[in-house]
Amino acid sequence: MKYLLIAATFFLLLLTACNKTNKRLPILGEREPVEKIVDGKTVIDTIYQTIPSFSFLNQDSTIFTEKNLNGKIYVADFFFTSCTSICPTMHRNMLKVYQEFKDNNDVGIISHTIDFKYDTPSKLKSYSTKLGVVGDQWQFLKGTKDSVYKLAEKNYLVAVAEDSKASDGYIHQGWFILVDKEKRLRGAYDGTKPDQVEKLIGDMKILLEEYEAK
Amino acid sequence: MRRSSFIFFCFFLTFLHIILQACQTEAELNFARYYTNGSQVYAQHCANCHGINGEGLGKLYPPLTDSTFLIKNKNSLACIVKYGLNDTITVNNTIFSSEMPAETRLANMDIAAVITYITNSFGNKQGLYSVENAGTDLKICRQSDEDKQ
Repeated sequence: MKYLLIAATFFLLLLTACNKTNKRLPILGEREPVEKIVDGKTVIDTIYQTIPSFSFLNQDSTIFTEKNLNGKIYVADFFFTSCTSICPTMHRNMLKVYQEFKDNNDVGIISHTIDFKYDTPSKLKSYSTKLGVVGDQWQFLKGTKDSVYKLAEKNYLVAVAEDSKASDGYIHQGWFILVDKEKRLRGAYDGTKPDQVEKLIGDMKILLEEYEAK
Repeated sequence: MRRSSFIFFCFFLTFLHIILQACQTEAELNFARYYTNGSQVYAQHCANCHGINGEGLGKLYPPLTDSTFLIKNKNSLACIVKYGLNDTITVNNTIFSSEMPAETRLANMDIAAVITYITNSFGNKQGLYSVENAGTDLKICRQSDEDKQ
């Protein structure tokens, strides 16, 4: 009986230990191994896919680049203001993320418009104000078609396209992409589903803990 | 003889009861049909902006919980659903000015169903809005459209 108790305690300890080590988000996207020489020894390091530099106009007509996100984890999505399909649902859900991490300087949100013709900074400003967004934690960014679409498809792995057959003129996916402070992809969540967005909020906390532990 | 008339009376009562109940469920059934169809139309055409619980979205899209607004504008709802809205309105003491897109492809039956659903959900209780109601109300906006031209 004594042994059984000890074994059970040991097993429980083992379980909690496992839980702790499991709390780490995967790194997504392409990767390549590189050989480096450290202290005269050859070691293999991995280079992960990262978000490249960009420069867009935000809702206040000022330039916003990847440098504004240095030292932050952030969530990115793609939308446009006149979209009546999935965007309202996405941003209803993104508001939950915004409210959860409000005034947390380690967290940013960026929404890229894919309507390069109609969504001027003033349109984006009016949209964000009506949505109830204040301050600069959540940025609404406008760029040229090429730069935004390339960033979406190559770097964030989100499909976007102009489509004259779609009722709003564009088709796109509703992913929320989680990016860490090293600008690596750490998660993709369906922004139209409340349970996925709950998972995103939980994963963001896990990711923030990763930096606190360092 | 007395006994058989008693039995007959019992049968008559049961019969009457069944008929009365059938009448009631007929109306209820009709309402349920509108309401269920309406919830499907709502999920497909309205819920993205107005929310699955009619909560709206910030100051972008109005909520559908303002019963006073819905009762006051009861006869305009069909026109708003079908032809959209490009006007400033006040709902729950908040001003909304975003354009609402038209849904001209919706049939009168679907419009009636979705109005029945909206005006009997989210804290509203207006009862059935029939396809005949929709037909009458839609004539008003078609008329005023022609007047404008």
